[in-house]
Amino acid sequence: MASTMTQTETLVGKRVRRCEDPRLITGTATYVEDIQMPGMHYAVIVRSPHAAALIRSINVKQAKVAPGVVAVFTGKDTERVGQVPCGASLPGLRVPHHHVLATDRVYFVGHPVAVVVATDRYLARDASDLVEVDYDVLPAVADPEKAQVQGAPAVHPEWPDNIAFTFHQEGGEVDKAFAEADVVVKQRITSQRLIPMAMETRGVVAEWRGADRQLNLYTSTQIPHLVRTLVAQMLGLEENRMRVVTPEVGGGFGSKLNVYAEEALMGFVAMKINKPVKWIESRRENFLCTIHGRGHVDYYELAAKRDGTILGIKLKIIQDLGAYHQLLTPVIPTLSVLMMPGLYRTRNVRADIVGVFTNCMPTDAYRGAGRPEATHGIERMVDILAGELKMDPAEIRLKNFIGNDEFPYQTGTGLLYDSGNYAAPLKKALDNVGYVKLRQEQAEARKQGKWMGIGISTYGEICAIGPSPATPAGGWESATVKIEPTGKVTVMTGACPHGQGEETTFAQITADELGVGIDDVLVIRGDTAIVQYGIGTFGSRATAIGGTALYYALQDLKAKIKKFGAMLLESDDVTFSSGQVICDRTGKSKSLPEIAAASYRALKLPANTEPGLLSTRFWEPPNFTFPFGAHIVVSDIDGETGQIKIRRYVAVDDCGNIINPLLVDGQVHGGVAQGLGQALWEQAVYDEHGQLVTGELMDYAVPRAHMMPWIETDHTTTPSPVNPLGVKGVGEAGTIGCSPAVVNSVVDALSRLGVRHIDMPLTPEKIWKLIARGKLK
Amino acid sequence: MNITVNINGKRCSHDVEPRLLLVHYLREVVGLTGSHVGCETSLCGACTVALNGKAVKSCTMFAVQADGASIVTVEGLATDGKLHPMQEAFWNEHGLQCGFCTPGMIMASKQILDRNPKPTEEEIRHGLEGNVCRCTGYQHIVNAVKAAAAGAAK
Repeated sequence: MASTMTQTETLVGKRVRRCEDPRLITGTATYVEDIQMPGMHYAVIVRSPHAAALIRSINVKQAKVAPGVVAVFTGKDTERVGQVPCGASLPGLRVPHHHVLATDRVYFVGHPVAVVVATDRYLARDASDLVEVDYDVLPAVADPEKAQVQGAPAVHPEWPDNIAFTFHQEGGEVDKAFAEADVVVKQRITSQRLIPMAMETRGVVAEWRGADRQLNLYTSTQIPHLVRTLVAQMLGLEENRMRVVTPEVGGGFGSKLNVYAEEALMGFVAMKINKPVKWIESRRENFLCTIHGRGHVDYYELAAKRDGTILGIKLKIIQDLGAYHQLLTPVIPTLSVLMMPGLYRTRNVRADIVGVFTNCMPTDAYRGAGRPEATHGIERMVDILAGELKMDPAEIRLKNFIGNDEFPYQTGTGLLYDSGNYAAPLKKALDNVGYVKLRQEQAEARKQGKWMGIGISTYGEICAIGPSPATPAGGWESATVKIEPTGKVTVMTGACPHGQGEETTFAQITADELGVGIDDVLVIRGDTAIVQYGIGTFGSRATAIGGTALYYALQDLKAKIKKFGAMLLESDDVTFSSGQVICDRTGKSKSLPEIAAASYRALKLPANTEPGLLSTRFWEPPNFTFPFGAHIVVSDIDGETGQIKIRRYVAVDDCGNIINPLLVDGQVHGGVAQGLGQALWEQAVYDEHGQLVTGELMDYAVPRAHMMPWIETDHTTTPSPVNPLGVKGVGEAGTIGCSPAVVNSVVDALSRLGVRHIDMPLTPEKIWKLIARGKLK
Repeated sequence: MNITVNINGKRCSHDVEPRLLLVHYLREVVGLTGSHVGCETSLCGACTVALNGKAVKSCTMFAVQADGASIVTVEGLATDGKLHPMQEAFWNEHGLQCGFCTPGMIMASKQILDRNPKPTEEEIRHGLEGNVCRCTGYQHIVNAVKAAAAGAAK
């Protein structure tokens, strides 16, 4: 496949291979760790081995005189560095002081206590062992339910109840709904703590140019501009004296949608030693000190009529926050509340969140951020209800879906669902999997004592995050398009793709709009000195919002190109098409390079028109977008070992219009892998002392190639009316749709034992015990 | 200690500390940053290189242990500006997203076909067990290996 297309061939909607890949497959891409600078130093951070302790003293004398060491800093030195920021503003939120280095107390295992800087990474690591910290170990609490018990250790002594905030939201007539219900089902459902585990750990290179008062910070982040604003504030620097560069980023999944202590700390170190300094997070540190995801204990109640009509939902969320608030920590469970009704019609909803401090690493946005938890909950509850009413799980869903004629649909949680046809992906998935036949096969299998299950989940999600009033930092996105004098096109996006492939999809959009080849377009992102202010990549926003900003910038330029073309052709009747302005009367044309050259040469200008071809647009979306879909899992369980084998995985996703089906499939596959990870294998386990037991890849089971089933993807297409591209977003879909389908399938397999819920991860041990116990009965 | 290694067909000779890891030698002494450090414990495979024709994890081997060896890294796969068929297959099949695992993944995939030119899907998946990818769910990687195998069979 050639990547350069002729100008008449449109690219949007095609399986175009990626523009970013040549550097990645040849090993020539530049990640933070690949950056070398003359005189560069290396930092190693000394971290707390205790989950809760007072720091009596820190002795750095030996470390300071160790070979290669140029400096050691502790919390005393960094007291004047600003707090690690929390972007949330919930009413009554308790926000702990969050210093870049601990001062008198540590709050979780891995808490940074000191930083050792040396000329060589090995020497810095050696010297870090020589820092002596005298701790007075205190009792810790790592479980968010235990943390609320009277007399539990206080994470922050000033707040002995360990409660950071409570949050209540209600819509419709909940009490009435429950009073009128024929049936109410209740269930405690957990969504365990997870480790995001991007393949590239975090890393920072900081370079201070004292004479210019200029700090250059290279960091692996999803939000370079926000990092610049916030870290500059922490360091007391003028924002325009700081440049944040995001080179290649080796995965984020929300874990790099943050501002971390180490980013400011490396800036501080570089300014102190007046030399470039590099810090690369070890994998062990990544497990301990990069945000975790999920951490929910949910209590659900679902009220329904005997015919399966859902009347109302009650939800209490206990959110394990960890010891501090990172950038969005307290916001995440509020997204679960927004999404709690799923695709169902009921507007009678009541939710209460209790945000609880624990002596653990903070939780924050991890792929889906609140929506997987909500979807897991509602999709499990609907299955439990179906079981109670002896209804088919597909039938009960179809009965309760919001109808196609009801969009835009105002939910009981205050959202306005943009567009939907919820039955379509479910029906397609049922067809694709061969549902009727599978149920017959299952009945046969049961007679033979086999454990076969079929699980359905139908999910909705909130994407294109989001309108500015709904976000802490502005919900718009920006794009600049420059057509250079030679007609080549440079796009600068304020989004910050890190694997999603917008260097390709944005080039596809640009090539189609301007009628140029994809190789004529260069997409630049992730450098605050080059790119106009932007928000970044998260919440499936880059294409839906950043792509729309790009689209409007392209419309500006097309209008201007037409004006220059008309002037050059001396005609008002012109059309811009396939990279040419054509005179409708004479058929004469001017090419984009000719027009671009004339616009910069500027010997003659159209009336009221400036030279050059450049447009910058900031696009504020009027609403979120709401993708949806249906996933079906067929599982076979080995009754002797409890081992689950996924026989079929059918995903039908509706993410609106599709720019590049190849990349959309990739997003679904990766999303499903992370959902399957949560459903079957992954769990961050802290023991009662707050030690992270799953602190390495040896103990934390991320999916590997042989563990993954074949994923059968398919789509329905319901364009979003929110943006002119009609796109919705697909980054989190796989993760959100996956875990309830898997658990529903396994519960379905074990239902004849009276099993109606199993908490994730579904380890063979758990399953084997259920089967063994069930057989004893 | 002085070591002499053939890297991507070029002879390299350096004085190195005995404790220097092979991956740090390749990345920081030789300047080939394609091999990545993802876990430091040989569990993720991002640092996979071919050492005397065998895929090894360069993060848990000392540079001095490679003395006299012949090493191929991801940078050595393309010849005369032409991509190796496995690189081409990863590109065509969208076998990568963030790209961090990709160099190791390509080296491991190449080894699978070196040993068995016609692997089944199951054999491909087991051959990739030692390499973690967090982005792709592996399906497009499996497709890439299949495509490379099919291309070589032509």
